Parts: sequence; C-alpha cells; structure tokens
Amino acid sequence: MDQLNAWFTQLLAGNAIFTANTLGFYWNGLVTTVQLVFLCLLLGILLAIPLAIGRGSKRWWIKWPIYAYTYVFRGTPLLIQLYLVYYGVVFFNGIQDTIFWEVFKDAFYPALIAFTLNTAAYTTEIFRGAIKNTAKGEIEAARAYGMSKGLMMRRIILPSAFRRALPAYGNEVIFMLHASAVASVVTIMDLTGAAYYVYARFYAPFPAFIFVALIYLCLTFSIMFVFRRLEKRLLAHLRPRGA
Amino acid sequence: MIDLQGYGPRLLEGAMVTLELALLSLVLAVILGLLTASAKLSRNRAIHAIGTLYTTLIRGVPDLVLMMLLFYGGQIGINMLTDQLYDAFDVDIFINVDAFVAGVITIGLIFGAYMGETFRGAFQSVEEGQMEAARAYGMSPWLAFRRVRFPLMMRHALPGIGNNWMVLLKTTALVSIIGLTDMVRVAAEATKATHEPFLFMLPVAGIYLIIASLSEWGFAKLSKRYSTGFGEASEWTN
Repeated sequence: MDQLNAWFTQLLAGNAIFTANTLGFYWNGLVTTVQLVFLCLLLGILLAIPLAIGRGSKRWWIKWPIYAYTYVFRGTPLLIQLYLVYYGVVFFNGIQDTIFWEVFKDAFYPALIAFTLNTAAYTTEIFRGAIKNTAKGEIEAARAYGMSKGLMMRRIILPSAFRRALPAYGNEVIFMLHASAVASVVTIMDLTGAAYYVYARFYAPFPAFIFVALIYLCLTFSIMFVFRRLEKRLLAHLRPRGA
Repeated sequence: MIDLQGYGPRLLEGAMVTLELALLSLVLAVILGLLTASAKLSRNRAIHAIGTLYTTLIRGVPDLVLMMLLFYGGQIGINMLTDQLYDAFDVDIFINVDAFVAGVITIGLIFGAYMGETFRGAFQSVEEGQMEAARAYGMSPWLAFRRVRFPLMMRHALPGIGNNWMVLLKTTALVSIIGLTDMVRVAAEATKATHEPFLFMLPVAGIYLIIASLSEWGFAKLSKRYSTGFGEASEWTN
C-alpha cells in the first residue's frame, strides 16, 4: 500500500492540476453520476412496464393520457424538465417548513425525479414497440394453451418483448448517461460538475474537460460491451444461421 | 401580446435564437454528416480511420462536456494560435469567439457524427445497379450523385435525419448553460427573479413541442415525396 501510495505521489508530482484533491473530486463525481443514472434507469423501467402495457390498451382513457405523457416528455428538453422539478420544489411556498424539505434541499432528488420521468417516457415507447412486434404465432399458441391475458403477458409477451427491446434500451442507457451531465446545472457535483469546478479553479479547460470526456468514453464503452454480450446471449435465436 | 411579467418579448427573442441556432447547426451537421459518411465508406484506410474516430469520440461523450470543452477551450485555443502567429510572423490578429457561433459549431460538430452514421447506412442501401446505370449514361460522378444516389439515399436517410433533428432541437437548450441567451436562459433568469418556474418554463416547453410537432408533419411530407415510386408511402412515415 505504501509502495502504491509512493508511486502515485510520484506520478502526480509536478502536475499542478491533477492532484490527489482534484482526482478526489472526479471520483466523487463519478460516484454521483453512476448513482443518479443507475437509480433513474431502475425506477424508469419499473414505471415503464405498466405504462407500456397500458399504452397498448383499447380503452382511450388509459391509452391517451400515457401517450400525452410520453409525447410531452420526449418532445421537450431534459433541461426544462429538470428546471421545472427543481425550481418547482425549491420555490414551492412553505416547503422549507415541512418534512419534505429534508429530502428536497439536496438537488439530488429533484434531479432523480426529472431523470426518472424522462427515461420512463422513452423506455415506455421502446417497450411498447417491442410488445407490438410480438409474433402473432406466439400469442396464438399462448391462447391455444388457454392462458389468461395476464399469464400470457407475463410468460409470453413480456419476456420476448424485453429481448427485442434490448438494443434500443442499450442506446437509451447511454443516452441517459450523457444526458445526466445537465445535473451539474442544478448544483449537483456529478462528473461534469467536477470537471467544471476544476476548469474554473485552474482556468484549464483542456485538461479538465478532456479528462472527464475520457471517463465518459470508458463508461460508454463499458455499457456498450455489457449490452453486446447480453444481446449475443439473449438474441442468439435471431442470428442468421451458420454465422 | 402575452406579457409574462414583462418577459414575453425577451422570451420570443430567445425562441428566435433557439430556432436560428437549430437550423444553422442542422445545415452544418448535414454537410459534416455527408463528408463523414463518404469518409467512412472510403477505401483509403487513413480517411476511413479519421471518420470512425470522429463518430466514436463524439458519440461517446456527453453533448454538454463537448460544448464546454469547445466553448471554454475554444477561446484559449484560438488565443494560443494567434499568439504563435504573432511570435512567428508578427501578424497581430484577435479573434473573439462569439457564443452563438460557438454554439452552432459545437452542435453542428456533434450532430455531424450522428448524421454521418445515418447517411452511411442510407448510402449503402442504394443499389449498385442504379449507380452503374448512371455511369452507363455517361453521367459525371457529381451528376450521378445529385440525380441518382442522393435522391435514392434520402428515402432511407429521412427517418434518421428526422430523429437527429428532434434530438438536435432539444440539445440547443444546453447552450443556455454556456451563456447564450436562448429561450431557456431567459426562462431560467425569469424564474430566478420571480420565483415562478411554471409561468416561464411551461410556455418554453410548449414552444419546443410546437416546433417538434411541426417538424414531424414536415418530415412526413418529405418522406412521402422521396418515397414516390416505392409503394405505400405510409410505410416510411412512422
């Protein structure tokens, strides 16, 4: 450990910008970004599954409100949604005196809400497209087995739809990782926030932003790698034969 | 007109900035996209590598980080360059990076990479026989591109261009962070001053929705036009 420490100190020696202190900032930013993106994706999926099923409903009072929700959230910038939630909470009269303030005085939660609502809208549309493209034969077979609608959804439609949604969902994950950079605007010290801090403190845009760009690149490639592997496993039946 | 506590006219001006920025970046992105697609389809290894590097790097990094890098770094970079020019050749020039120009260049550069991918796929889906026929008619390469490859390619590229345009439009909101006075920045300033986020943010969201809906309609029309002779047009409009 001492050796490692010494090696590290030596590595950083003579480097005015990337000291242990600023690297700590980047590390904390990385943790915040990953937490934020992971949580919003998880909550987004949980929201999107019932919404995607409802979006295909025959009843207009289920179908249309969900369509309106996805249309509005996909048609406006995430930054606006973030401002709406963040300032909507901060400037809500009297919230400072309630118990909610304990949660919302940290910008993390308004950002998490905005990001969740945003990714849920995109994920709903991705899942809906996948559900809609279920092969007719699969549904017929399920019916022939006498499955109820709920059982058919659970055992036949959703599992196959999830697989088909995988490539598009992988893009959404990367999109969300990149979109999360706007969190830095509402005082959150995520990766981009850390880079901006380092830039502002040392007036060194190139090291500060190129370093953070490399971190984002690594994250993006890792996500791509994971999804490639998943696709290979789960979509093996769709690959051309003999390939 | 709608006053919005005196912020109405400024919001409208901001909306014009947003629209101009989006359209100019789109033009730049399409040009860069065509160049990138040609580079990636080129047989020359070096050119191919440059195209691939460009699209991979740009698509792997958040828009906001690229924007900050180019905007904050751009001025310093240009200053360093002009300093060197001054030292070497005694030429004294001063270039001031305008926020609007920086915004157009950044967004154009980012979406050029996405457009490149769209165009590459579209170019590849044009049947070689069509180009052979064009050559057989004695068309010059440029004429063949303009009259045969481009119109045929557009049918495949339009859905992708439409998607990229929608994302580009929303990305313009980010320029408010680096100091350009688009409608998002006006709304954010108004919100901070009056503590009424919904009064300003909702109209801005509404304007984005209107532009998006109008573009969707426009793209549906365009793809109908470029699909003439290819059966049901509605197949391509979703």
